[in-house]
Amino acid sequence: MDIKVLGPGCPKCQQTEKLVKEVVAETGAPATVEKVTDMMAIAGYGVFGTPAVMIDGEVKCVGKVPKKDDIKKWLAAAK
Amino acid sequence: MKTCDSQPCCTVIPDTGGRPDVPDEKFKTLRYLMYIAPMLVLWWLVYGQLENFSRVFTYGILHLQTGRRLSGAVEFFVFEAPKVLMLLLLVVFGVGIVRSFFTPEKTRAILAGKRESIGNVLAALLGIVTPFCSCSAVPLFIGFVSTGVPLGVTFSFLISAPMINEVAVVLLYGLFGWKVAAIYISTGLVIAMIAGWIIGKLRMEGYLEDWVLQIKSGAGGMAEEQLTWADRIQYGIDAIRDIVGKVWPYVLAGIAIGAGIHGYVPEGFMASIMGKGAWWSVPLAVLIGVPMYSNAAGIIPIVQALIEKGAALGTVLAFMMSVIGLSFPEAVILRKVLKPRLIAVFFGVVAFGIIIVGYLFNILM
Repeated sequence: MDIKVLGPGCPKCQQTEKLVKEVVAETGAPATVEKVTDMMAIAGYGVFGTPAVMIDGEVKCVGKVPKKDDIKKWLAAAK
Repeated sequence: MKTCDSQPCCTVIPDTGGRPDVPDEKFKTLRYLMYIAPMLVLWWLVYGQLENFSRVFTYGILHLQTGRRLSGAVEFFVFEAPKVLMLLLLVVFGVGIVRSFFTPEKTRAILAGKRESIGNVLAALLGIVTPFCSCSAVPLFIGFVSTGVPLGVTFSFLISAPMINEVAVVLLYGLFGWKVAAIYISTGLVIAMIAGWIIGKLRMEGYLEDWVLQIKSGAGGMAEEQLTWADRIQYGIDAIRDIVGKVWPYVLAGIAIGAGIHGYVPEGFMASIMGKGAWWSVPLAVLIGVPMYSNAAGIIPIVQALIEKGAALGTVLAFMMSVIGLSFPEAVILRKVLKPRLIAVFFGVVAFGIIIVGYLFNILM
């Protein structure tokens, strides 16, 4: 699966990226994590705030740092 | 990569899985309330004793003499610092819960297709309660503009959201009283409404960067989350950790400097520089304030001490608004979507509004 973390590089965005990577490493989910920092690209996905997390093209969370448990749920659901 | 077909069924799974949890959620909410109710009572009891405590601490425990400069400064700090921090805790928590009802998406949906005048008023009001951080100003701006929110209405939101924030309002209330806090909120709202309205009337859509208008924003990228009360309370607690956790050193530093001014700077010292008599002080305050990027937490306690020493309220209000509402980093961020001329108009109109407010209060008060 394809995970995108959208965010220009504010502390919250970096924290989100770190959490997502941690969860992927812990669960061993077959996922690629990509950080999207380009404003034009972020806006193109139609999100209103950053950080945002997208899994396989679906926006999971906008404008806040997700909790680890939530990330785990998304990963389990997207398998 | 998964195909799209597999997704609808997958999103259903946690949904049905969540249903048996409903009594559990109620229990969770109850448990939160059981923690929070005694905390509120404790807060109330402690808050009422702060003034007595500061006196006992300064003169009873430290044995400082009344009337001395040092004791004035110490008493000021020991009273104001815990008072403002406690107010911050309470208000940030409350505002956090209120904000859990508003998301940028909902705000956008309300504003889309609204007529300009009503739209400006609504946008300024929603700017207070919608969670917003300046680092997501760009996606938010694009999301608004590309889904039919008029440009001027978008600006009303962008002006009021950072200017009227809970930290500034708490500090104003704590240090100046509710009148000044109310004046700040209402004039801030008026500036946001009128400045946005003017920008809308100037028809500056041509000064957006070209790529902005080409984006076909997928409005509503995400299904609305169903929040329980337990979630909302947790949201409030997260807000405390997030905001108060970040801001408290500035509050303490600001109050410490304020305490120093309070104790050591002679009465009337500021009257000649920032007093009513000096007509140039209002525009100068704005000119200094705009490039300054300090958060409200640090600047307001200092400003409060200055007023005590003879600075005029309007001048000080103008200074605070320009520091908090207009910032250089924000301009840099917005440069990605706005051509320089529109940024200049944005800052110019808002700065002008702030100057008018400054003069108005110097005349009225």
